[in-house]
Amino acid sequence: MKVSILQFPGTNCEYDTKYAFEKLGAQTQIVWHKATTIPEDTSLLVVAGGFSYGDYLRSGAIAKFSPVMQAVKEYAAKGGKILGICNGFQVLTEAGLLPGALKRNESLHFLSKHHHLKVENNDNVFLTKLAKGDVVNIPIAHHDGNYYIDEAGLAELYANNQVLLKYCDASGAMKNPNGSVDAIAGVCNKEKTVFGLMPHPERAMETLLGSDDGVKMLQGFLEA
Amino acid sequence: MKVIVNVSLKAGVLDSQGKAVHHALNSIHFENVKDVRVGKQIVLNLEESDEAKAKADVTKMCEELLANTVIEDYTIEIVK
Repeated sequence: MKVSILQFPGTNCEYDTKYAFEKLGAQTQIVWHKATTIPEDTSLLVVAGGFSYGDYLRSGAIAKFSPVMQAVKEYAAKGGKILGICNGFQVLTEAGLLPGALKRNESLHFLSKHHHLKVENNDNVFLTKLAKGDVVNIPIAHHDGNYYIDEAGLAELYANNQVLLKYCDASGAMKNPNGSVDAIAGVCNKEKTVFGLMPHPERAMETLLGSDDGVKMLQGFLEA
Repeated sequence: MKVIVNVSLKAGVLDSQGKAVHHALNSIHFENVKDVRVGKQIVLNLEESDEAKAKADVTKMCEELLANTVIEDYTIEIVK
């Protein structure tokens, strides 16, 4: 299992992501945004979190034109697996690899805290280690995490089991921190090869740091 | 040629910033303000004399980068 982790100017979660996947036994490599190819033996490509290009214009808007993104699109078209976390999710929606868009949080505040998430669908490699309805405790850290999709798009997400995770409280009841449509925290594409979520599973790998619920999430990829 | 692009959230997409500004204006006694939408203005200086070409180019810029058409609308104004 080889995990390639994209790094743009302003990315800041690439080393946490590297730590997380290495802890699970994967080999990792960080790929600078000027690369024009994805390392050949990549079994999972992670677009890590942070503030690519300072979030100028819109979060993820400028990163989508980085040289490496052409290779990312080709990798996706061939069915390669991609996981976008936080800013990585924003980059993937901007690039058109995932549906919808991330708007400014409804409260206008930057949110940085642990938040519970409920598994909505697990018929995909990402959440295969979890059961539908499971509640996990994962940190969120974002200013633009307010997921938006129009009604037709939302109906399509539900019809294809593309809604992965929703924000909730510890008991699993819906609790919406940022104004996202239907409290959606993560989605995937129709083919279930490209995944995106605002919360940070790579920051939930050690009980000492508040939660290791991220282990079960990221493990799904390793057994795929 | 100067071109002014205005980008704002689509009608129907909740504008939280607009809402906050609206409340702030009401609270400093501008009760006649009924709605506020906050957008952004991008001013481009183009080396181009053909208006139609400029308009076509800027439309492409908006579609590809300046606006996210999933949530935003844009207007283009050419200032000579």
